Parts: sequence; structure tokens; C-alpha cells
Amino acid sequence: MAVLNPLVAQEPPLVQSKRPAGVILGALSLWRTRIGLVLVLLIAGIAIFGPLFAPHGPADFMGLPNRLPFGDARFGTDHLGQDVWSRFLDGGRTILLLAAAATLLGLALGTSIGLLAAYSRGLLDDGLMRAMDVILAFPQILLTLVAISTLGPSAWLMVLAVGLTNMPRVARVTRGAAQPIVERDFVAAAEAIGVPRWRILFGEILPNVLSPLMVESSLRLTYSIGVIAAIAFLGFTTNPNGADWGLMIQENYLALVVQPWGVVLPMAAVALLTMGTGMIGDGIARAAAGIDRSRSGE
Amino acid sequence: MNTPGPSIIVERLRVLVRGTTRDIVDDVSFEIAPGEVLGLVGESGSGKTTVGLALLGHTRRGVQIGGGSVRLGEVDVLQLTESELEHMRGRLISYVPQDPAAALNPALRIGTQLREILEAHNYGKGGDERHQRVAEMMREVALPDQPSFLKRYPHELSGGQQQRVGLAIAFACRPRVIVLDEPTTGLDVTTQAHVLGTVRELAAAHGVAALYVSHDLAVVGTLANRVAVMYAGRVVELGPTLDLFRAAAHPYTQRLIAAIPHLTGGRELIGIGGRAPSPGRRPSGCMFAPRCTFAQERCTVALPDLRPIAVGHSVRCVRAEEVRGHTLTRARDGAREGQATVQAPILALTAVSAGYRRRMVVHDVTLQVAPHECLALVGESGSGKTTLARSVAGLHSDRMGEITLSGKPLANSARDRPREQRRTIQYVFQNPYGSLNPRRTIGHIIRQPLELFGGGSSADIDRKVDEMLDRVSLAASYAGRYPEQLSGGERQRVAIARALICDPSVLVCDEVTSALDVSVQAAIVELLGILQRDLGLAMLFVTHNLPLVRSIAQRVAVMNQGRIIELGDVDQVLGSPKDEYTRRLLSDTPSLEVALETAQSS
Repeated sequence: MAVLNPLVAQEPPLVQSKRPAGVILGALSLWRTRIGLVLVLLIAGIAIFGPLFAPHGPADFMGLPNRLPFGDARFGTDHLGQDVWSRFLDGGRTILLLAAAATLLGLALGTSIGLLAAYSRGLLDDGLMRAMDVILAFPQILLTLVAISTLGPSAWLMVLAVGLTNMPRVARVTRGAAQPIVERDFVAAAEAIGVPRWRILFGEILPNVLSPLMVESSLRLTYSIGVIAAIAFLGFTTNPNGADWGLMIQENYLALVVQPWGVVLPMAAVALLTMGTGMIGDGIARAAAGIDRSRSGE
Repeated sequence: MNTPGPSIIVERLRVLVRGTTRDIVDDVSFEIAPGEVLGLVGESGSGKTTVGLALLGHTRRGVQIGGGSVRLGEVDVLQLTESELEHMRGRLISYVPQDPAAALNPALRIGTQLREILEAHNYGKGGDERHQRVAEMMREVALPDQPSFLKRYPHELSGGQQQRVGLAIAFACRPRVIVLDEPTTGLDVTTQAHVLGTVRELAAAHGVAALYVSHDLAVVGTLANRVAVMYAGRVVELGPTLDLFRAAAHPYTQRLIAAIPHLTGGRELIGIGGRAPSPGRRPSGCMFAPRCTFAQERCTVALPDLRPIAVGHSVRCVRAEEVRGHTLTRARDGAREGQATVQAPILALTAVSAGYRRRMVVHDVTLQVAPHECLALVGESGSGKTTLARSVAGLHSDRMGEITLSGKPLANSARDRPREQRRTIQYVFQNPYGSLNPRRTIGHIIRQPLELFGGGSSADIDRKVDEMLDRVSLAASYAGRYPEQLSGGERQRVAIARALICDPSVLVCDEVTSALDVSVQAAIVELLGILQRDLGLAMLFVTHNLPLVRSIAQRVAVMNQGRIIELGDVDQVLGSPKDEYTRRLLSDTPSLEVALETAQSS
């Protein structure tokens, strides 16, 4: 009779899985992600806490313009005679906040549109994605410039402009990743019992496209930093008296040969920050795809 | 009479996970005589395909050959260099893969692909002789040999024709050995029967030694002269087909046979508990011991050797003699035979037609299902059975006609149906790998319908989830796991638990066992049968597997090209079919019993 006993399943073995948490852990084991994270934390730390340590106010005059480092001014003075070091410590906050806000806005809108397009198929899908294509047809910086030069530079407008131009890119990636997911039976299973549409989008489908989204968000953050720095470089800044890395580069590039620090410091910061976010994105992408170069030679 | 030596001799073949000592396959030895078909059967993960590929000196990525020999005449295949292997493959030994559509180049005409293999091996002299050989090959595999047919592209051929082209390519250079890796798995039974016939004729006519790798015991039973059963990378039993299936000497073989549904009925399926050990987690001693009802202490000490038990019949079990004398059958209990009380139908379809825009795939279907009743819907692929099932569940909304639940008409789309109707009809999907959200825990997946339909407090819901897991024979600890940590059979249990937790009256099962191994299939069918009886469910069981119908359903509807052509009690329809199509379907379905009877009488 032992044969007829009900089948009691054994404990399943624990398998390494590719859930978002697993992807992040996997990414953290890669050197590129760790270096990227250190870079981002360093620059973000400077941007966020820098103003607390700035020896002078960003608009305080220290002496003659474009002077090389001397006594009190560790990195010399800028084109107006203000302290380069203080302005550098002060100038990162805006750029970082604006870039982060613009990325988040772009992610939120783009993900929603991408998911909705992939799930709806048909006309709504076509309509939404063609609208995204129209926005994509213009370079990101151009649309942002048009908005800012018409309405004037203000923080919310910059976030809105950069965020909206991030949106179609995120939407495309999300839609592409979600298309095979919406065909899977667990979506049909949710439909069969009448799970509300929005819960299918964000509860069933979204968790399955998180990996490509994480990669995309780091990429979008990288580009947002670039665009916002470039906008400031072109002279559009929310606070003309305040410091801003992009603005600093613009103000001081004429004196590059005489007093390089006013350009080099903010440039290095923007460069390291974008490199850092880029490396993190690359690490996540590799972990999500299961690429590990050190073992792939097998 | 002088018998030629075996065409291929495999000795102590060992295949490892690359760079480790974990074996996927170990100590596999067999030989195949010219004209003989050796069936290599096993469930998924048993290493049967690995053995098949090793015969050609090939391994999948991440796998390496760790020892042993494969001798083809004078040469040891495993010692050859890559270029020598290339020369040998196709000429001395060839391979027919599972999926013909993937194996043929979609951009080349089939005639070109057939000539290619002849040219690659310098078979025949010049173009004319090769053209003749191509035409001859086409006739041998029962395909038209006109130039117009040879000019077709693979996608212009049916699945069966594609597989015949695959066979033609494999037999083109008259190899001595051919490895067939489940070549009929994706085909309908009718096509499968024809392809199997072709394989048998070709192997016998040209003295080719064939290794037929399959998970389907019925197919192997009809085709093979001898059978090797694999479990956890070892051959556990090897013997003449009739002898092995009639008097299996290994407990695993016996359980495997008990898990196959029988076309003539009269027997309940018995699944095998537990799961097969994966490489690196294999126990010391006999691999099957943890799941074996014959296991003794000595079984766990050392792996038994393959020892002869009768002429040409060897087995890897210390208690083989006792096992052989034991019969494992279970009489069908009365409850399955006919319904005790005939109740009013709960689900009724009247003149239902469904399709995709203008192309209708279901025509004018009328049927009823009563509580406590299981109606099987059988048909070949493309018969419209899944579309019909999805229409019932509201997942396919392009349909006409009326579907009523307890007398009330159902809206076409599940979204437009009231909550109560959505709760009452539940659907279990074909593929448990796709029907569970990989990012959700099992507990969350099962509780979702309860939360949606209002299942009481959070503590109530937790309790119900635990109860449901218990009902489908899963431990409560599974609630915290993710689908990917479960085997296919366990996932299907979760899908069943999700369907049953909100207490439905109608359960629609769409090919729920087609993605599973036979032993798992038996366990799932066993479970569904018990639950259906206990809960008084009305069940619509969609399947292409005719023998399975015997084990689960009381009534059966046979579908062909979107129409129901025969509907009635299982015994009546399968026992004395009235329709020509049903009769053909039945005669083409491979069946172990029929195969054994014909083998014995001849």
C-alpha cells in the first residue's frame, strides 16, 4: 500500500534567481559597478554636503579675477574674482537635483506609457508610440532649449522639459521589454479572474521588466546630467548669482590657459558623475543578462 | 547464419559538467546491431539526449565527455579530432533533431539542402547521380519527388513533411548509425504514426542501427526492438522491448509503466512521488532509492551494477527478482465510472462559433457539462479545442453563440462578466512555466484570487492558502518560494491551487499535463481526479492525449477542424467509435498494450 500514499513533494532546491534584488547583488559583485558606485557617491557627496564645507559664499569676492591658487583661495579665483573652490562645492546641488528629478519624471511617464502601449496593443499602442516617435525626432537638448528660452529658466520647467524628453526613450525600452511579457499566460490568468487593468500593468507586468528599466534609468540619469550641465553652460541657470557646474565652465573657459581650475574642477565632477552612472548601468545590464566576462572564456 | 557484429558499441560513457567532476551521465554501455532500433527512454533531465549527442562526439555547451568509448567499427568516435568528426557525421552516423523546423535552413529550398549533404560527403559521382539519389530519398521517406516539390522552402511544408525531409537528410548518405532525438514529439498522432513507420522501414531496409531517444514509452514500445531505461544519468534497465515492458525488473521502469495512461482503460494512473536528483545532488547508492518503495538499507550504500537477469535483459537493482514478480496495478474505483446521479448541466454551450476576425476555427459547438462530471475535449493541434476552452473562460472574446453558466448567459470577455461568474469558472493553463508570474511568490500567486473576491481577513486568507497548498500536496513552506524554484509538476500544482482556492464550480483545464513528464502527469491527473470528485467540480479537460481521457473523464467530445464530430461516454466513444476520424485517431495513437500484443502474436 505504500505505493498509494499521497505524493509529498520534497523541498525544492534553492536556485540562484534573476529577481531585481538578485540582479542588484549580482551587479555589486562586479568591479565596474563598485567603481561606478564609489564615483557617484563621491560626487553626490560633494554636491549635497559641499555647501556646508564651503569656506566662502558662492558670490563672495576674493580678489582679482582669474588668479591662480593663493593663500585663502585653494583653487584661485574665477572670472569675477570669486573663490573657485567654494563655488565648486556649492554648484553641484542644483545639477544633481534637477537631473534626478528629470530622470524620475521621465521614468514614471515613460514606464506608464510603455506598459500601457504594450498591454493595449492595437490602435492605442500605435497612437502612443507614434507620439513618442515625434518627440524622439528632436534632439533632447533642442527641445529643452526651446522650452527654456521661451518661458525662461526655472527649475520646474527644466525638470519638465528634460523629463518629458526622457519619456519617449524610457517608453520604448519598457514597451519592448513588456511585449513578450504581456503574451505570457500569467497575464491571461489575471485577466480571467478580473484583476483591474492598472494592477495587471504595475503588479504583474512591471516587476518583469525591472531589469532593463534599471539599466535604462542609469542611462537616462547620465544623459540628464549632461543636458542640464549643457543648458547651464549655455547660460540658462535658475539662479544667476548662485554657482552651477555647467555655468562655471562657461564663465571660465576663456581663461582656461591662465587659470584652468575654474573649468577643470566642474568638468571633472560632471565627467566622473556620468562615468559613474554609466558604469553602474553597465554593471546592472551585465548582471541582468548574466554576462560575466571572467567566466565566459570557458 | 552469420550475424554481423554490432554497428556501434558504447562502453562506460561518462559525461561531466565542464570543469567539474559532477557527472551528467555515467557508466552507460550498450550496443546496437545493424537494422535494430534501440529505444532510449527517460524523463527530462535523465541524460538521454546527452547520450544521443555523445554518440556523434558532440556535447552541449558547458558539458564535456569524461571517459568511455563510442566505437563505430574500428574507430573510437570520442578520440577523433573536430575535422574527422565533421567528416564522419552525416556519412557514418547522423542525427535527427526534435524540432525539424529549427533544423532546416529557412532560406534554402529543400532540394538544395538535400543535395548539400551529398556534396559535403562526396556521395555519388557528379550532379546527375546526386539528383537521382535526392529523388530516391524523397520516395523513401514518402514525399513527392517532383522538382516542384524540391523547390519548396521549409515553411511551405507541414510539420510532418519537414520531419520527413530531416529523415531524408539523415539517411541520405546511407549511414551505419542514426540517432533520433524525439523526432515526433511536436507532431500530431496521425503524422507521428506515419513518421514512425518510415523510420522503422528505413532502418530495417538499409541495415541502419538506430538509437531512438524518447520520453514516450508508448512510442518506443511500438518502434524499438530493445529498450534502455535511463534514470539520473544511468541506464537502470536494458532489455528486449516485450520482456522489459511485460516484466519490468527495475522499480523505476515499473513505476514509469504504471504512469502511462492506457487507451483500453480499466486502470488508474499512479504517479511517482518526489523528483529525480539533478547532477551534483545525486545520492550515494541507488539513485532511485529515495523514491523507491522497494528500497532497503543496502540500496543506499553503493550504486548497484547493471547485472543480467534474463537473456539480453540486465538491470541495476539488487532486488530485481522480487520486483519482477510484483505487479503494480490499481483497479479503477467505481466513482470514476459513470456519474452516480445525473445533475442538470451547470455549463452549457449552444451553437458556439469562435475565431480570429473572419477566420473561424470553432464551428457550431453545442455541449453541456454537469457538476461532478469531467468532459474531455480531444483533438489534434488546430482543431480549435483551446480556442473553445478560452472562450468559456472569457479569454477569447471573438465568438458567437451562447455560453451559459447555471442558465445565465456569459459575456464574451471575462472583463464584462460579473464577479461571481469570474469566480465560478476557473482556468488552468497548459504551460506552468508561463502561467505563474516569475516575480511573485507562490503564496502571493495563490492568495491573489482570494483578495480579489474577498476571502476574509488576512489571517483567514493565510490559513486558506496553507490548506490549499496541503490539498495539492505541497509543503506550507512553498508559500515563500518563487516559481523558478519549483519543478514543472510543482508549478502545475500551484496553478491548480490558484484555480481552486476561490471555490469554483467549473474548472477548465487546457492541456495541463502536456508540458510534464509522464510520472508527473500521472500525479497531476491523480490529484485533479481526487479534487474534482471531492469538490463536485464540473470539469472541461482539453487534451490531445487520447489515453489520458480514459484516466480522467466520464464523457468525451472529439473535435476535428472546429467541429465536434463525436460526443458520448468515454467507454462508448473510445471503445466503439462511430466516426471515421475518431477511429483513425485511435488506431494512430501509440499504445503500449497494443504494441505488446502485436509483438507477442507475431
